[in-house]
Amino acid sequence: MAQADSGPNADARPLSPHLQIYSPLINMMMSIIHRITGAALYFGTVIMVCWLLAVATGRGNYELFTSLLKTPVGLAVMVGYTWALIHHALGGIRHLIWDTGRGFALGMVNAMSWLTILGSLTITGGIWAYIFKLRGLL
Amino acid sequence: MIDSKKMRTPLKNVRHLGSAKEGTDHFWRQRMTAVALLILAPLFVALVVAMIGADYGEVRRALAHPIVAIPMILFVGTGLIHMRLGMQTIIEDYVHSEGRKVLCLMLNSAFVILMGVVAVYALMKIAFIDT
Repeated sequence: MAQADSGPNADARPLSPHLQIYSPLINMMMSIIHRITGAALYFGTVIMVCWLLAVATGRGNYELFTSLLKTPVGLAVMVGYTWALIHHALGGIRHLIWDTGRGFALGMVNAMSWLTILGSLTITGGIWAYIFKLRGLL
Repeated sequence: MIDSKKMRTPLKNVRHLGSAKEGTDHFWRQRMTAVALLILAPLFVALVVAMIGADYGEVRRALAHPIVAIPMILFVGTGLIHMRLGMQTIIEDYVHSEGRKVLCLMLNSAFVILMGVVAVYALMKIAFIDT
């Protein structure tokens, strides 16, 4: 880092503050999580494609696939996948609103950021409560 | 021409399609696919939730039906275009060495094409080949 700052007055020059300088703010956290959920969904595509391939290649493969999803790890991955998808979708709506030039007042930025995380947790919780209820587990 | 009200020179302005030669194409396609996915992704979630607890035959029949298969192909295609653009941005942000960046961009494209071909192959097989 800072290889270009090796001149005589290198230390005296102000550096722009980087991530670790800022205290975590909700809009910044949502920005980071939007990217992380996007990357997670990218690799999560493998799960969806495996599901389609399992259905296409016969009963045995399909039953193997669903048995993997029913393990605690499989279930945790599915809940995480659901949350990532919903969170990224809500974050996307926020970005589409910003794209129109609206919602840049500080209060609005914070409110929309909180709505993203609270909304994604609520909707994910609702979907999985419905699934568990459907399966008689709740 | 220099606008007297601004400190900018004409060099500051993007000419034609800019240095990447594609204008706002990346941005615009990201948004177009985002809007489409706001419709297609909830359909996909609804399908998966509806398939929970269904046996193999039911899942296969559902995926073979055009009302499911066609939105699924649209979802897969739109999702893959969207995520290729997103991953391209992540790579361009974090991978600075030119060689590794180009390699990552190639792998990004290859991964997305592979996922798309396998998904559409599986959906075609489910839709057109009876078991």
